[in-house]
Parts: sequence; structure tokens; C-alpha cells
Amino acid sequence: MAMDITGRKLFVKALLEEGVDTVFGYPGGMVTDILDELYKHEEIELVLPRHEQGLIHEAEGYAKATGNVGVCVVTSGPGATNVITGLADAHYDNIPLVCITGQVPLNLIGNDAFQEVDIVGMTRSITKYGVTVRDRRDLGKILKMAFHIAKTGKPGPVLIDLPKDIQTASGPGEYPKEVSIRGYKPNENVHVGQLKKGYKLLKAAKKPLFLVGGGINIARANEKMLRLVEQTKVPAVTTVMGKGAIPTDHPYYIGNSGMHGKYAANLAVGQCDVLFSIGTRFNDRITGDLNEFAPNAQIVHVDIDTAAISRNVVVDVPIVADANLALEKLLEWAEPQDTDEWLSRIREWDRENPLEMRRDKGMTPQMIMEQINEQFTEGVIVTDVGQHQMWAAQYIELNEKKQFITSGGLGTMGFGFPAAIGAKIGCPEKQVVCITGDGGMQMNLQELATAMTQGANVIVCILNNCYLGMVRQMQQLFYGKRYKATCLRRRKDCPNDCKGPNPSCPPYEPDFVKLAESYGAMGIRVMKEEEIAPAFEKAKEQKVPVFIEFMIAAEEIVLPMVKGGNPMTEMILK
Amino acid sequence: MKNRWIALYVENQVGVLAKVSGLFSGKSYNLQSLTVGTTEDETVSRMTICVTSDDITFEQIKKQLNRMVEVIKVIDLTDMPIHMKEILFAKVKNCSVADKAELFQIAQVFQVEVSDIGTDSVLLECKMTERRNNELIDLLRSKFQQIEIVRGGGVAIESISTSCAGRSEYFRLSHQQKTT
Repeated sequence: MAMDITGRKLFVKALLEEGVDTVFGYPGGMVTDILDELYKHEEIELVLPRHEQGLIHEAEGYAKATGNVGVCVVTSGPGATNVITGLADAHYDNIPLVCITGQVPLNLIGNDAFQEVDIVGMTRSITKYGVTVRDRRDLGKILKMAFHIAKTGKPGPVLIDLPKDIQTASGPGEYPKEVSIRGYKPNENVHVGQLKKGYKLLKAAKKPLFLVGGGINIARANEKMLRLVEQTKVPAVTTVMGKGAIPTDHPYYIGNSGMHGKYAANLAVGQCDVLFSIGTRFNDRITGDLNEFAPNAQIVHVDIDTAAISRNVVVDVPIVADANLALEKLLEWAEPQDTDEWLSRIREWDRENPLEMRRDKGMTPQMIMEQINEQFTEGVIVTDVGQHQMWAAQYIELNEKKQFITSGGLGTMGFGFPAAIGAKIGCPEKQVVCITGDGGMQMNLQELATAMTQGANVIVCILNNCYLGMVRQMQQLFYGKRYKATCLRRRKDCPNDCKGPNPSCPPYEPDFVKLAESYGAMGIRVMKEEEIAPAFEKAKEQKVPVFIEFMIAAEEIVLPMVKGGNPMTEMILK
Repeated sequence: MKNRWIALYVENQVGVLAKVSGLFSGKSYNLQSLTVGTTEDETVSRMTICVTSDDITFEQIKKQLNRMVEVIKVIDLTDMPIHMKEILFAKVKNCSVADKAELFQIAQVFQVEVSDIGTDSVLLECKMTERRNNELIDLLRSKFQQIEIVRGGGVAIESISTSCAGRSEYFRLSHQQKTT
């Protein structure tokens, strides 16, 4: 029987036993005890951000890049509410996080005490598990449960609300080696019969297609997926989250499917006779009009989450399994199929409508993406949310040395920059490039201080079109160019009926170059194509974070595009 | 769309009821009734849930409940022989002497208890199936002006003998008729 110790000591013990070496923490009245305990443990690095939203996106980026659980410590009340967006983001994209929120002492809960909120109640639908510790004796078990639940099965965020008096109270010192939860048994097998049925369908198909989702990247089953594609000779499309599951330059890789997917990829989904999908939830951005989705195909669906199967799309062969296990089995059976004709048809479509931007209108996003591909052959590419994200998803080339991190499910603007910082903190040896827009960049701008103080020298590519481009694109195409609330230059005295950039437009603020410099970082502005490569060369030499602001054409749009709710084969191409 | 029944074993902990009921509101599932109480094991609660849904949504509901950490077991009672009862109090106010006499008659036929009485009001206490309770309410509404109804939602348990299968089947059919 170990001696009794305080809750705060047990918390740090738990971190050490879980192998946590980095904690993202922001102080406040209800976590001072935990911080004081961490003060004694230099082996755990505490990252201090400048805002709790930045904090949790940093933890997400860290978790994605390292594969470890991201650990957050924030205080009660506003500290806790500020992480809500990040919890939802992590929940949607299945990122393992353990988030500790301080809470007012037990006897004050429910009294509207200073900085008291019911954070467990608020986050119930966006966490995999959340609980307030009400008895010091339960702390060890709850912490063990938190790490176990966060990283097993379909990963996700777990929130532990820790009242201040639990942190200081004495109690059992044991941190359990393992925990058994009667209501939580992640699927650790694969139903071989079902899988065989699925494989038989695939094998008999004339026009088979793999649809590869983020599950492959989460399970880190990329190499197996690649082998399966090569062994079967079946072409593959990915979702945005599945991008990078197999190298993008592979001859059997077609591209992303979905709302801003490649023409050939969407046509392939529309015309395939068997769609073998792994690790995707058939989000509306992938399916479009559900009645028109893969209308000719029998669908096989492998997913670790029972609830993801036959929810959006009714499938012919459901298979509940971890992608790794399913792929291992499939690889035992996989035989080459005659897909030459099918492949050549897909390639024909790709030649008809390749991903390509005009090159006569100045510096286009495509040119920037191509330079990023050339300049960074390995490392981590992190994006924010918006047009730049879709351009990156279309043009960025990935292989086993390059990882792609993006906010796919929730689509959180302000995710990119802090997530890149977190990725860099987790993988300091890797080059981390953040691709962001001028809108999203301003949503967690304050994290530049975190990047500076942490020495997280990320290269931030800001694609500045002076607009909130994704929505402006919708206004441009579907709302008669009525640019309400999307122009970031707009001032009070601008005409209401402004139809786009003109010579009388006011200057853009902020000046990202000066802004970077004010933090001691570096800022480079790029106006034309010839300056792109030198800017990257210069950025790579720096020992500080670098902003590269690319002044791109203001009204550039992401194409192809499928209007929300339309069939995926009805693409706007020009 | 039809009524379906689920028995749900959950951890007897703070917030679990909120989590389960929150699932129904958050995902727009049509919750008809939900009852909860502890079981023979005090760390476990059992809920009886009635939902109105189509087949696909009902499958989703069961899966979504199953993936909750706090949910220990989901049992679909829809096609099982079960015993199901609901408690209902009906207070009829502003009664004349004749009204009271009629209420006693009704109570006798429905085999419910008259558990309280005042100068001008009568309290009926019923432990019947939801359908039978509905019928009683309809009857009271047609006869009396001032009625106060409090009902607890169905509580169900799996049958031991098979002979009562017919009984539960009867109740289920009546529910389907009601909602179609």
C-alpha cells in the first residue's frame, strides 16, 4: 500500500507514467496547484500559449504530428469555455486529447461561484468522455480512463474537470497500470466472414474503386493501404482527411473526391461498380446528393465506429474493424485485378479536366503550392480553413515523409497556425509549414508569441486575397457578387454595392510583415511569381518563425466545385 | 415511423441521464418517454426508453447509445415479450355527487385504485399499460371538465414465461396503430 499523496501529485505521477513530456497549459486560479506541482518536474515541458483556443489547437497539432495524446491544462470558467471549439474540432477529427479543466471546490459547485461553469455539461456532445472528479479516491482511475479512452478505438478528446480541493486532498497514491471499463470495449477484431464478402465483391468488380478516409491516417496504416492498392491494382480516391493515405504521385492514386475534389475522382466515384471505402464517415462534402452518390456501385464500408456505418449512406457490406486489422487480412487475400481499361478511362477524364489554374493572371495559389511541393520534400504541412485549405488539399503532394494536418470535420478557422506550432513543438526536427489565409490567420494571431517563446520556427504562408474567400466565392457564384461581410478591407465609407476590388479600395490591415517583425519574427511579402522561390529559400534559413504573405489575385476561386446538396458529378469547372 | 422500446443499462453516475437525453435532442431523435431508476446493483441504473422512429434511425439510436462510455448495455425490447407498466395519477376536480359515483364505476371497471378523495375531487391511481392509461385519460376527458394528469412513463422488464408474449404483442400493436 503506497502512502497517501495529494491529488496534484497523483496527477503529475499519471502524466509521467503515461509518458507525457509536453503539457499545453494556461494558468488560472483553479489550476495553480497543478502548475506548482509541474514546477518541480522539469522533465515535463509546459507550453504557455497566449489564448486557450490557441492552446488546444496546439495540442491537436502536437497529437496529430506525434501520435501521442495531447494534454491540456486550463482553468475553470473562461479557461474552460475557451477550449470548447478545440474539443469539438478534436472530436470531429478524432484527435486524442486529455483536457484537464480546473474547477471551483466541490462545495462551491452550483453556487455561481467566481469562474464556475458546468464545462462537463457544456461539452457532453463534443467529447468522447467527460467527468467531474467528485471523490479524490477516484482520481487515479479516472485519469487512467481518460488516457485509455482518448487513444484507443476511435480516438477523441476526453475532458476531466478537476475541482481545486480534489487537487489538494490526500488520497491513494496508486496510478493503475490498466483499467477495465464495462461500457467501453473498443473493437479489436475484424469479422473475417464479412471482410471476405467485401473482398469478393471487390474482386468481381469491373470498375472497382477504393475510397480512403482519414481513418487510414489516424490508424497510421498508410503503408498497408499502399500495398493493398498495389497488390490489387485497384485505383484509389481519398477524402480531404484521407489525403496522404497513399502517396499522391502514385499511378493508382486519382485525387480527392468531394465538393472540391478532382474531376476524375468524382467521376470515378459516380461510375464505379464497387466502392470499397475504409475509414470515412461519408460526410455530406464527400457524398453531395445522397441519392446520386455512387449510384452504380455496391458499397463496402470498413470503419472502426459502428455508428458511422449505414448512417449517411446505406452500405451493402458493413465491416466494423480497425483499419490496420482489416488491411492485414485483406493483404493476405489480395490478388491483382484487371483494371487497365477502367484506369485508362479515369486517366482520360483526368486529361479532359486536370487540376489546373490559369497562368496568365499573375501569381496564383497553384504556383505557391507547387513551390511548397518543391521546397519541402519532407515535413508537416498544416492548413487553416478556407480556400487555401482546398487548394492545399488539391495541389500539395504527399508521401510517407510528409504529413498533412487540417481541420476537416469542424472546419475551424484559426486552427492552422496554432496547430502548426503544436506540430513543431512535437517534432522539432521536422520542417513545419502552415498554409493559411488572411482571415484565418487573424483568428489566432496572438500565438505568434507562443511560437517565438517556444522556438517553434514554423513557416507560415498567408495567402492574402483581402477576403474571407470561401464565402466570397459563394457570393461570387450564387449571390450576384453581393460581398456582404467578406471584404476585409471594407470600411464604413465604402459603397454598399461594391462588386469587387477597384482602385479606390482602402489599404489592407494588418501589415503582416510589420506585425511579424513586432514579435521579433520575420515577415516577407511576395507580390509576383518570381519572388516565391527566393522567399522560401530565405525563410528556410531563419532561426525564427517566418510569415510569408502572398498577395494573390483577389477573386480567385476554388474549382472544381459542387454546390452543396448537388450530385458530385455536377461540377462547376470554369 | 413507429414506437420502439429500449432498455438501457448505464453507470449510475452524475450526468449520465443528461448525456443520454442530450443525445436525443442533439441528434433530433424523437423521444416519447424515458424512465430511470437504480437496479439490484446500485452502481447501475436501468432506463426504459420509448422512441418514435423509422428503422434506419432506430438502428442509429442503438449504435449511438452503445458507443457512449457510460452505457453498459442496450437491449431492444421492441420485439421481445415484456411486462410494461406506467404509473398514472388522475385528479378529477369540481365533481358533483353523481360525478363521484361515475368515477368509482370507472375505477372499478379499469381496476384502478381510488387513492384519495375530497369534498369535490377524486384521485385515481393507475398502474396499467401506457395504452390503457391513454384510454382512461380519453374517457375522463370526455366526461369531466377539470382533470389533472401526472404520468411517469413506461417501465418494462423482459418476461419470464412465454405465455405473456401475446399480451405484450397486443400492446405493441396498439401503439403502432396509434402512431401511424
